[in-house]
Amino acid sequence: MSDIARLTDDFRDGSLVQGVIDEIRRTVTRPWVMMEICGGQTHSILQSGLDQLLPPEIELVHGPGCPVCVTSLELIDRALAIARQPGVIFCSFGDMLRVPGSQGDLFSIRAAGGQVKVVYSPLDAVRIAQQNPDKQVVFFAIGFETTAPANAASVLQAQALGLKNYSVLVSQVCVPPAMHAILSSPQRRVQGFLAAGHVCTVMGYWEYKPIAQQYHIPIVVTGFEPLDLVQGILMTVQQLEKGTCEVQNAYPRLVTEEGNRAAQAIIQKVFEPCDRNWRGIGMIPMSGWGLRPELSDFDAEQRFEVAGIQTQESPLCMAGLVLQGLKKPSECPAFGTLCTPQNPLGAPMVSSEGACAAYFRYHRPD
Amino acid sequence: MTQLPNFEGPVCPMPLQHNETIVIGHGSGGRMTHDLIQKVFLPRLSGGQPGSGNDFAGAGLPAPAGLNGRLAVSTDSHIVKPLFFPGGDIGRLAVCGTVNDVSMSGATPLYLTAGFILEEGLPMATLEKVLISMQDAAAEAGVQIIAGDTKVVEKGAADGLFINTAGIGWIPAGQSIGGEMARPGDVVLISGNLGDHGIAVLAARGELGFETDVQSDVAPLNGLIQTVLEAAPQVHVLRDPTRGGLATTLNEIAHQSNVNITIEEKRIPVQPAVRAASEMLGFDPLYIANEGKLIVIVPAEQAEAALAAMRGHPYGRNAVRIGEVKAAPERRVLLHTLIGGHRILDMLAGEMLPRIC
Repeated sequence: MSDIARLTDDFRDGSLVQGVIDEIRRTVTRPWVMMEICGGQTHSILQSGLDQLLPPEIELVHGPGCPVCVTSLELIDRALAIARQPGVIFCSFGDMLRVPGSQGDLFSIRAAGGQVKVVYSPLDAVRIAQQNPDKQVVFFAIGFETTAPANAASVLQAQALGLKNYSVLVSQVCVPPAMHAILSSPQRRVQGFLAAGHVCTVMGYWEYKPIAQQYHIPIVVTGFEPLDLVQGILMTVQQLEKGTCEVQNAYPRLVTEEGNRAAQAIIQKVFEPCDRNWRGIGMIPMSGWGLRPELSDFDAEQRFEVAGIQTQESPLCMAGLVLQGLKKPSECPAFGTLCTPQNPLGAPMVSSEGACAAYFRYHRPD
Repeated sequence: MTQLPNFEGPVCPMPLQHNETIVIGHGSGGRMTHDLIQKVFLPRLSGGQPGSGNDFAGAGLPAPAGLNGRLAVSTDSHIVKPLFFPGGDIGRLAVCGTVNDVSMSGATPLYLTAGFILEEGLPMATLEKVLISMQDAAAEAGVQIIAGDTKVVEKGAADGLFINTAGIGWIPAGQSIGGEMARPGDVVLISGNLGDHGIAVLAARGELGFETDVQSDVAPLNGLIQTVLEAAPQVHVLRDPTRGGLATTLNEIAHQSNVNITIEEKRIPVQPAVRAASEMLGFDPLYIANEGKLIVIVPAEQAEAALAAMRGHPYGRNAVRIGEVKAAPERRVLLHTLIGGHRILDMLAGEMLPRIC
């Protein structure tokens, strides 16, 4: 397993990264705005200090690719209401526990005696359901295309095991509709995309080609280590300077054009496209996945009748503008004062992929 | 399994002999408690010497100390799941944790007390194993466990076994070491690889989904500290980066001393298995707990001597210089990244949460 650490070494090598940055500097002739879609990339950029090393012509804006951040408040409130019920074991990825709903978060439910468990994999939640036949086990199936195969597999496994006490609260979202939404906005600033490498590992990048053509924008599939990121930025800058709008792959060690067919098949078996409300952004048509009707037995929304959810966002939080790349976290008046990781007003301040949390952790002003 | 003591005589609350597991009666304060102390605790923690029967311990300062200097006192409660993990157990942790807390003042730790909260149903063999481990750690550290207390709680009210230890040590006159003493120009040293304890315990819980051979670094650091102080008597700060890891501890020091601490990412020692586990889980080794690592902040002119002394000690073999203390920006820790950027290295905000993807 130690080899994994060694694998990343070259991709964090200061001189290799500097070499690519020098090439970016030689290539760029005027200002360009590009968006990294994925929150993992945002964190990597700020954690490595890459943003300070790029030439001033390059402006990186941070995209909506943080699954915790864009999960709708209504669904989080629904999750809290379900987790609060006696006889329920509510399983979630760790990041979700601190995301504020209208009132409280999953941590506060746990402190009040609710059974809330952090799992590393949705299949762990299925195992918990097997071990606790007298309890209802609910998994909060959030995420982009990256988490969808494992989340879907948990449903198939529960079905194969004949489990009657497992269900999923689904909040799957997809990248391409969000790119459409960002590019059709009248306030659009983005001129190039660094596409999210892990999403493309599952989905491939064939579905980005029409977007690149329609909006005449270069899209470069990009990884997460500093060297991956500067390579993606360099290829985007080269296209912008030449005026081309191709979909290119700067993450070929993991991503192919067609993606992971087996994973896509599992997704299709379990989910179908649906409208989704993105927290901070609003309704994007056909931007997510919901359970297929034949699997509705596993749908926590149907299993648990939760009435009277009235969501209330903090009036101070401008997460929506941040998630669309229209504002930087540090431009928010509440940033670092009223809104901190200990007392977050919005989801981007919570998640390890949230842009506000990244700014707070790595670039807080004095 | 070793021979277990036989608890004779009438017992409370149930007239049954309980020598296999802890029952509520062991915390009653009655005969069972007495027997537990006489037959399980004392033979293992005080070298077989009978206790005074008092609830306090009179402890004389060692003769060479006279009345010079001050006492260092510390207390710490220990809860860890599982009780036994690769490289250590709750007993070793409880002794080392308090020995180390006392030692960070530059004190020589002398005496410990130990308070036990036992959960009904705890196997006696487990308790015995933990006590032996405590005695071994105390012997290694050269401290005596001179007083103790035991309570038993109902099943479900505790997680097997909790241990509180308190420690007393002697600080020689003229010695002033503490988190508030870091000065611009000082050099920051760390005694070895970071994150071993946290990853070892996580792995022992079986929640990682993969196996690792990482061992906890839990160890008494007073010997290492003594070696450092002999080589570099002007040491300003000693601190063990336990919960919250190196990043949190350096932030505490930066605040206490009103200084900036800047460290170099490329110099920070992390063993490959810990790095790999951290990569997969989305943890940062800078925030993972250590139980046998020492931060030394020392004036530049004594840094080399301190470093050489650390490397000559078994618990400091991988010691390295990781950074320095600067005047500004005060109360901040900065990290020079591998690729040549820099960023804030903040305290851990709350519970470390594994990331989603």
